[in-house]
Amino acid sequence: MAGNEGTAGLDAGRLIWIYTQMVRIREFEERVKATFTEHPGVIRGHTHLADGAEASIVGSLAALGPRDQLMATYRCHGYPLALGTPATAMMAEIYGRKTGLCGGYGGSMHLTDPGRGFLGTSGIVGQGIPQATGVAYAAQIRGEGQVVACFFGDGAAKQGAFHESLNIASLWKLPIVYVLENNGYNVVTRAEQEDANAAAGEPLAVKAVAYSMPGATVDGGDPVAVHREVAAAVSRARGGEGPTLVESRIYRLSAHGNIIAPPGVPLHFPEHEAVEVFGAPEEYEAAKRRDPVPRMRGFLVSHGTLTPAEADQIADAARAEMADAVEFALRSPFPDPEAATDFVYAD
Amino acid sequence: MARELPYIGAINESLRQEMARDPRVLYFGQNIATTDADPFLAEFGPDRVRTTPISETAEIGMAVGAALAGYRPVVELYMAEFMLVAMDQVVNEAPRLRYMTGGQVTVPLVLKAGYGFTAGWAGQHTGSIYGMFLGVPGLKVALPATPADAKGLLATAVRDDNPVCFFHHYLLTLEPGDVPEGEYLVPFGQAAVRRAGGDVTIVATGWMVGKALAAAERLAAEGIAAEVIDPRTIAPLDAATILESVAKTGRLVLVDQATRHGSVAAVIAAEVAEAGFGSLRAPVKQVTALDATIPYSQPMEEYVLPDEDKIVAAVREVLGLTAVESVSG
Repeated sequence: MAGNEGTAGLDAGRLIWIYTQMVRIREFEERVKATFTEHPGVIRGHTHLADGAEASIVGSLAALGPRDQLMATYRCHGYPLALGTPATAMMAEIYGRKTGLCGGYGGSMHLTDPGRGFLGTSGIVGQGIPQATGVAYAAQIRGEGQVVACFFGDGAAKQGAFHESLNIASLWKLPIVYVLENNGYNVVTRAEQEDANAAAGEPLAVKAVAYSMPGATVDGGDPVAVHREVAAAVSRARGGEGPTLVESRIYRLSAHGNIIAPPGVPLHFPEHEAVEVFGAPEEYEAAKRRDPVPRMRGFLVSHGTLTPAEADQIADAARAEMADAVEFALRSPFPDPEAATDFVYAD
Repeated sequence: MARELPYIGAINESLRQEMARDPRVLYFGQNIATTDADPFLAEFGPDRVRTTPISETAEIGMAVGAALAGYRPVVELYMAEFMLVAMDQVVNEAPRLRYMTGGQVTVPLVLKAGYGFTAGWAGQHTGSIYGMFLGVPGLKVALPATPADAKGLLATAVRDDNPVCFFHHYLLTLEPGDVPEGEYLVPFGQAAVRRAGGDVTIVATGWMVGKALAAAERLAAEGIAAEVIDPRTIAPLDAATILESVAKTGRLVLVDQATRHGSVAAVIAAEVAEAGFGSLRAPVKQVTALDATIPYSQPMEEYVLPDEDKIVAAVREVLGLTAVESVSG
């Protein structure tokens, strides 16, 4: 809340809700990360964490109505937590258990909860964008005022799928908000190494100009600012004025994902690429000092919205909830192997 | 009541009937509905019928999204090769979302595209590339060979709760045939025996069905009774009907316009090798396109494709006959 521009219509209850969800996401991701050392072998494959993006995720989702819908990417743990998906089912999915949100068929990259409006993710960069655009086309035809939020990263903005989708969404005035979570890195490639706008010192939101839609860049570490921008975009979309591109500048506080290694090599999370690859620990330390979770806590406490004790209670509750999620997932059975041929086709 | 319609007329009738039956069916793609005179636009309106930019990834990806949101889109792709631009959506998104979510979502959509346009279109618009979509769990592939099947398979595709590649053969576009009026459905995974015979089984798809039937006619004059089977859908594949026929004939010729290792022939040969080996009295013979990109010039184009002569020769070979012999003689 560096600029302290007020709370843009968010009352105390809503601000506390936002903070609570941010803390829950952070704690969930901490437990996922800790699983690699505390329970080696329990998480397989490739896992991507949302730490650092909490303010952006929750600020965006706070701008959606109950019947609105969203799609996201393989970095998908944050959204369902804020939508109310049980952390137990999510952790069990990441642990490959029968009780998982997707029954163990999808894992970390494919957490999906259509009953809460979260229609899916793609594990392939940028490929969920046209799908979300199609959900928005459906919403337009249905004519019930639904809006779709489409979340993706800065890397995806170099995919043809992004450009094709924004063109059609603007042409057809689809009710969609594109939230570009710019964390500055495509895996280990910095944005200015792969993005012409970034290399020219321009915000990535300028891409909206090419598609004749509004574009805005916002501090993704400030949930109130994110909410303000996304809420304005949602309002335009609901009013039939078409899509908006919101660039939300965040800093991912973990590496892109756990190490990619063949079986036999224990998996773990390496240091952030700024440290591990670019030898720039000062960049990472600066980002840590702007960590959105303590920042929001400081804002709420300094404004008297929360007492320090109340903020601690929120954190304690999140810790207990996520510890339970880990216990639940560890206790849960694996799926029956024969279930692997279910759900290939819909009957 | 059936009456004669061209293949393309049967396709359009089927789509029109399905759109009239179910308001969730959408139809969009490039270069359709660009004026109010478009019959689909006129009947079903601009919500359900739209022209898109040349953006196959967005077109197919949006179909996936609309399907996730409860609609049943039919994407007009014109040429199967245009799907290659959007392979992720076709292969790695649409057919996998239901599975990866543990059955929480369904993705009912139809990718409607022509193929096999071996009429001088050279290398990039002439392929029979259905093999690329075969063996993708969650994806279905229909290859209608007659106007009636074109109507019935498209209607079934639209009503199916899975992504379906509906591949119509360009060289059959104006072929006439009897087509039932009104609602007409052809089930997936049910082969049609186009001609009965006890000496040899010929399996063919699409345009090749006509070639196989013509070859069978010539062979009949020599006293050879060929059974011609059209799988109609290659995913799911009705292996049972083929195995049953091979159990009777003991001989199998597979005719396929695709290149040898990208064909459904190779898949059928494997199924028969595993489950029907005991019935075989001769090695399985595959008559496929040669392993070459389709050339432009007509003599070369004809050279690489399967034809009636190649099918007849293959049948004679599996029967152990020289060119001048016959079963009866």
